[in-house]
Amino acid sequence: MAKNFEGLALESPNFEGWSCPLPLRDYPYIVIGHGGGGKLSSELVEHLFLPAFRNAALENLSDSSVIEVPAGRLAFSTDSFVVQPLFFPGGSIGDLAVNGTVNDLAMSGAKPLYLSAGFILEEGLSLSTLAGIVDRMASAARRAGVAIVTGDTKVVEKGHGDGVYINTAGIGVIPAGIDIGPSKAQPGDAVILSGTVGDHGMAVMSVREGLQFETVIESDCAPLHGLVAEILAAGEVHALRDPTRGGVASTLNEIAAASAVGVLLEDSRIPVLPDVQSACDLLGMDPIYVANEGKLIAIVAASSAGAVLAAMRRHPLGQRAERIGEVTANHPGLVVTRTAIGGTRVIPMQLGEPLPRIC
Amino acid sequence: MKYLDEFRDSELARSLLAEIREMTTRPWALMEVCGGQTHSIIRNGLDQLLPEKIELIHGPGCPVCVTPLALIDQALAIASRENVIFCSFGDMLRVPGSEKDLFRVKSEGGDVRVVYSPLDAVQLARQNPGREVVFFGIGFETTAPANAMAVKLAKQLGLKNFSMLVSHVLVPPAIAAIMTSPGNRVQAFLAAGHVCSVMGYWQYPPVAERYRVPIVITGFEPLDLLDGIRRTVAQLEAGKHFVENAYERAVTEVGNVAAQRVLAEVFEETDRAWRGIGVIPLSGWRLRPEYRAFDAAHRFDVSGIRTEESRDCHAGEVLQGRMKPNECPSFGTKCTPRKPLGATMVSSEGACAAYYNYGRFVALAATR
Repeated sequence: MAKNFEGLALESPNFEGWSCPLPLRDYPYIVIGHGGGGKLSSELVEHLFLPAFRNAALENLSDSSVIEVPAGRLAFSTDSFVVQPLFFPGGSIGDLAVNGTVNDLAMSGAKPLYLSAGFILEEGLSLSTLAGIVDRMASAARRAGVAIVTGDTKVVEKGHGDGVYINTAGIGVIPAGIDIGPSKAQPGDAVILSGTVGDHGMAVMSVREGLQFETVIESDCAPLHGLVAEILAAGEVHALRDPTRGGVASTLNEIAAASAVGVLLEDSRIPVLPDVQSACDLLGMDPIYVANEGKLIAIVAASSAGAVLAAMRRHPLGQRAERIGEVTANHPGLVVTRTAIGGTRVIPMQLGEPLPRIC
Repeated sequence: MKYLDEFRDSELARSLLAEIREMTTRPWALMEVCGGQTHSIIRNGLDQLLPEKIELIHGPGCPVCVTPLALIDQALAIASRENVIFCSFGDMLRVPGSEKDLFRVKSEGGDVRVVYSPLDAVQLARQNPGREVVFFGIGFETTAPANAMAVKLAKQLGLKNFSMLVSHVLVPPAIAAIMTSPGNRVQAFLAAGHVCSVMGYWQYPPVAERYRVPIVITGFEPLDLLDGIRRTVAQLEAGKHFVENAYERAVTEVGNVAAQRVLAEVFEETDRAWRGIGVIPLSGWRLRPEYRAFDAAHRFDVSGIRTEESRDCHAGEVLQGRMKPNECPSFGTKCTPRKPLGATMVSSEGACAAYYNYGRFVALAATR
């Protein structure tokens, strides 16, 4: 089935700060030649990617970029982005591509510095859509204080991709003295969540499947390393994770398994926006399994819980932070929650995608 | 949504629980019929808050669980065909047929799509006149009206490329089958609120009378369920057996008459096989002869596909409350949510899947 990529764009791309790519006008759509390494490829780089991402390392246009890093430990991460639609309320594949990798680096306690960006473009993608995505990436990178220093573009035949896939890899530096990881949770630790859950997943789902809710749910897509820096400065932190696909439930199961501890939550303390809760109720989904792109879970020593929570709430991305539970020596490997009316239930790892239920 | 919060109030829940605890003097076995109720009970941990004397038996009201293996295999055969767009509700995609599931068919190149309404499938048929669009029409009386409407609409539109694989099942015959099955332990029913919002509850008084069993129409939120349980236990303790409506905000005695009219126009009663239980007479709906052109089983000639259930699966006994999931010899060994033998292990509402997750939790229960 032919796809109209413009039709998928929900909001008009934002061309803020983007210079008119005059030579590209001859080809308003991506053709195979844009990935061929010839004149069309270099025009795309010169008139679209370079102006958006401009920085000294990138401008060399060499086979690899040469960058300076301080001495010490590095964090290194990669992630690929295949979201549909390409634009959704509160973000785009471009925002995700930058923030996703920035956040993965931040969860090691790193200050993110450099990103790479690989684009797999589908023949027929309009250049204005691509420009819109690249523009969103550029502004996300500026907001996060990272430089996109190397990149690559390939074009696949029409029907072999969903418009655009993006891979980003990133490098960050870990400040001396930081040693955190999902296997370092200890019984007695507090589990702190930085804000409302399920916003991103329901934002995408609400526009993807032709579901029309009365209100617009916006993705929470945001870079978290600033919040992480505040958390690390506030107290004794053992683990940080961003609960993306699989949501809070899967992330906590992973921590429970990696640290061989149990996690006990309080259902009523997990913040959920009313619109997200309603959409989940409608589809028979549980918000704690739904993806987030701008939230984190901090596992911190109980003695630091108050200070960390206060520091998070002072940060714009942690205003609705809550202490949602604790790490326990009971039931190692299991995540258990106390329900609002006083019962308990196990929160198992989810097998695959969350599926809307029939009734 | 304000109106939901009111039915999740923890104070009121506690007082209802206290009331139930006070009135319960003997052990009682209650069956919640609907899978949605089971889901809510587990999600809210209600089963652990009730007095030990009250046992909840998870009934056969999960459409994913009771759809027979043969029908799943028929669906897989149709979905694998060239030129077919196969549309289904989301949770059917993971239900295993004898060799694979719809996710696997999709990965092999089948065009399998999740839709939220059968009317979306009709729309797809209009947009893709060169392709066959098939909707997997399963479920209870709740999903049936929209399916009936979709078939009716397709006929009105003169669509030649839309059809439905229908396997509707009905609650009242299932209740009767459970009450007459040897070894039945169910003493009262929490009837499925949403089924009754469509069908009303005028069918139930003869059932309650004949089997001398309390039937309480019950909703899905924690307070709905606790109120349903309270009224059921009150009847049992008083030796009474009548039909009570504890879900008045959604259910009337006559039900949704307009929906019933469309249902009667499009569907007719038929014997239906229930996965793990077997054939229950007149327990399902199929398309009437005048809608035969829209019957996917007929159009794609798959009715010859007949598959035997796994002999190691005791889902039938579980669904009838004769066996607890963890008493099944295959439970947790040959049969897990990752490699389910029967659908009760597949669905998030399935009794076996719920037990699988709950059973691992004994360690915590012991420390409380």
